[in-house]
Amino acid sequence: MEVKDIKIKSMKTEDFKDNEYLEKYIEELQKEGLNIVTEKLDDLINWGRSNSVWPFTFATSCCGIEFMCVAAARHDFARFGWEVTRNSPRQADVIFVSGTITYKMAPVLKRLYDQMAEPKYVIAVGGCSISGGPFKESYHVVNGVDKIIPVDVYVPGCPPRPEAMLYGMMQLQRKIKLENFFKLPKRPNISNGKTEEGGTK
Amino acid sequence: MEKIQEYIHKLAPKAQFEEGGKYTTAIVEANDLRKVAAGLKEKGFDYLMCLTGMDNQDSFGVIYHISSSKEKKEVIVLKTNTTNREEPTIPTVSDIWEIANYYEREAYDFYGIIFVGHPDMRRLFLREDWVGYPFRKDFVADESINPIPTKVPEPDDYETVPSYTINKDGKLERKVKSLFENKDCIVNIGPQHPSTHGVLHLRTKLEGEIIKKIDPQFGYIHRGIEKMCESMTYPQMLYLTERLDYLCGTMNRHALCMCVEKAAGIEVPARAQYIRTIFDELTRIASHLIGWACMCNDMGSITAFIYGMRDREKIMDIYEETAGGRLMVNYYVVGGVAQDIHPNFVNRVKEFIPYMRKMLKEYHILFTGNPIAAGRMKDSGFLTKEQAVALGVTGPSGRASGWSCDVRKIEPYAAYDKVKFDEITYNEMMSKGGNDYGRDNVLLGGTFARYMVRLVEIEESLRIIEQLIDNIPEGDFRAKVPAIIKLPAGEYYQRVENARGDFSVYIKSTGDKNPYRVKFRSPCLSLVTALDPMCRDQKIADLIMISGSLDYVIPCIDR
Ligand code: SF4
Repeated sequence: MEVKDIKIKSMKTEDFKDNEYLEKYIEELQKEGLNIVTEKLDDLINWGRSNSVWPFTFATSCCGIEFMCVAAARHDFARFGWEVTRNSPRQADVIFVSGTITYKMAPVLKRLYDQMAEPKYVIAVGGCSISGGPFKESYHVVNGVDKIIPVDVYVPGCPPRPEAMLYGMMQLQRKIKLENFFKLPKRPNISNGKTEEGGTK
Repeated sequence: MEKIQEYIHKLAPKAQFEEGGKYTTAIVEANDLRKVAAGLKEKGFDYLMCLTGMDNQDSFGVIYHISSSKEKKEVIVLKTNTTNREEPTIPTVSDIWEIANYYEREAYDFYGIIFVGHPDMRRLFLREDWVGYPFRKDFVADESINPIPTKVPEPDDYETVPSYTINKDGKLERKVKSLFENKDCIVNIGPQHPSTHGVLHLRTKLEGEIIKKIDPQFGYIHRGIEKMCESMTYPQMLYLTERLDYLCGTMNRHALCMCVEKAAGIEVPARAQYIRTIFDELTRIASHLIGWACMCNDMGSITAFIYGMRDREKIMDIYEETAGGRLMVNYYVVGGVAQDIHPNFVNRVKEFIPYMRKMLKEYHILFTGNPIAAGRMKDSGFLTKEQAVALGVTGPSGRASGWSCDVRKIEPYAAYDKVKFDEITYNEMMSKGGNDYGRDNVLLGGTFARYMVRLVEIEESLRIIEQLIDNIPEGDFRAKVPAIIKLPAGEYYQRVENARGDFSVYIKSTGDKNPYRVKFRSPCLSLVTALDPMCRDQKIADLIMISGSLDYVIPCIDR
């Protein structure tokens, strides 16, 4: 099946990797079927949503510095509508988990995530938040934040280059553009690596 | 040297001396420790550089690296140990050197060594409900014993402070008190706060908006780097040093490289020495730029943040061309540097120097000269020289208090003995640049002084680079190094000056390809502990500015 052309201004669909994953996602969505009115409305809302995703200022270590670089003048994620970083989880749409998450920090991260309002997204930035990265062997490092919260986009690197982060952001924009705003999928509840059925509130 | 040995011998007749190390090393019995420590303090040894816990399999040991703020080159190493593995106790020195308050808590956290008489024997990094002591050689990491916690601790868990004394029968007695009273108003700043520069948690006692006490909580980014190093080879460890204090990556790596090189007797070619020095200074500039940008950002000047980050990108470009990395440069290796410099390197750096000089002027116009900023920075966050020494506050912050503690001058390494540069202490700064921007506002040991020292240090770094860049000698950029590096059995200690102060590496080797114990002395721990004396009776709004002026990096503390 063709991927519906999910328009991102600066990049063609073919230039993205991981299109397969989105194809599957579309299939899943289409199974449920939608009526034409809400679909058009969806597109409009999603156009707005995907171009004003506000990130939460969250950084625990090294990757956070690269995150600052993305926010600063040269790379400037405001160009993509990511505009301002929010200092309160209540006002943010997406959390960039940039940096190592340790055992002591894990419950704090979980709480911050819970405090964010729906719809919310998570981007795991860097080796540490994907799998523990260089600290995988450590006794005090969580081997991947997906053990405690659901992750939408993984951006590998140690630290990822700013360009890689921008790419990850665009991937999230594409995902948002596909969603049915009126029937948002429930985000799974995760604790200690096990996914529970049901959603978070 | 001889004199000090005699002196220690007089204090503790049973003391033994180790030969062959870089510094005078004395082994004293635990009972004599306090006597010797107090005696040394009296002799002027007022700066406790580093305190290292150690598991010797049959005993637990503690190693003290002590130096003096006057006789800067003198370093004495004290060692003591206890053979009781069930209930290891060692007398405290926290009343002799203030910083030992925190260092001893760290040793307790890692090894379970109880410091008798210490007023506050809480863990420093790990949660109170953590089972076991991770740095003991017999510790097994097991997720069923220590699972990922799901709840944040209750306030009581932070506040219950145990202390230990030895009673008449020679038994250990535990007393518990509470750090705060019930009626106190405690405000939590962090662990997630945009202006704590990392995941630091400050429990702040307030009266109205006046700060009465700050209790810092560490460990939210404790990654167990030192423990991981014990099962790694030396070249593998290099990658972790850059991730300690990522803004001073190259310098931290330099410290470990030098430590290993000196221990293994590897001669580093002059070309590599020059390149390393230039890279170190570039990193210092980049780090100070971030420090400046973030401090201004904390005070509400977003423009300054954007300027600082913009100019830092120029340095990132220079890095990238030669080394391939941006933030993590991964450039130094044991024996030299990983590859030769890029043909453009020299030109790029030469272009950068005048550009940076021009920008520094602009920074001053933009922010330093701003009356609102100057008014706020003028009379807040004072740290006297005595406090700085007692807490081991080194680097630009220590120098702003008038303590000349620049390791580049004390123990010159790489190419620092071949260049002319000034150590930017408060006085030096005033004669160089402070006067242009309101001499009366820049007071000794205050926030403004720390701010200015950092900016003047950038100029000084440019001066160092200028002297070196045209004179990089020809030759190898890397010495021949055996494929497997083994250090002869012994202990090694190496200091460098990173952008925040005295960063040191301690390695104990048993002759194997991996170390027995590694310890990194973090300059940032001292900076955070200094927050409490500096912020007392100041407004809470200024706390953010003061911590910005200290410019600490949390992962360096937590390791
Ligand atoms: S992935 Fe690498 S750069 Fe990022 S936080 Fe982990 S160690 Fe630091």
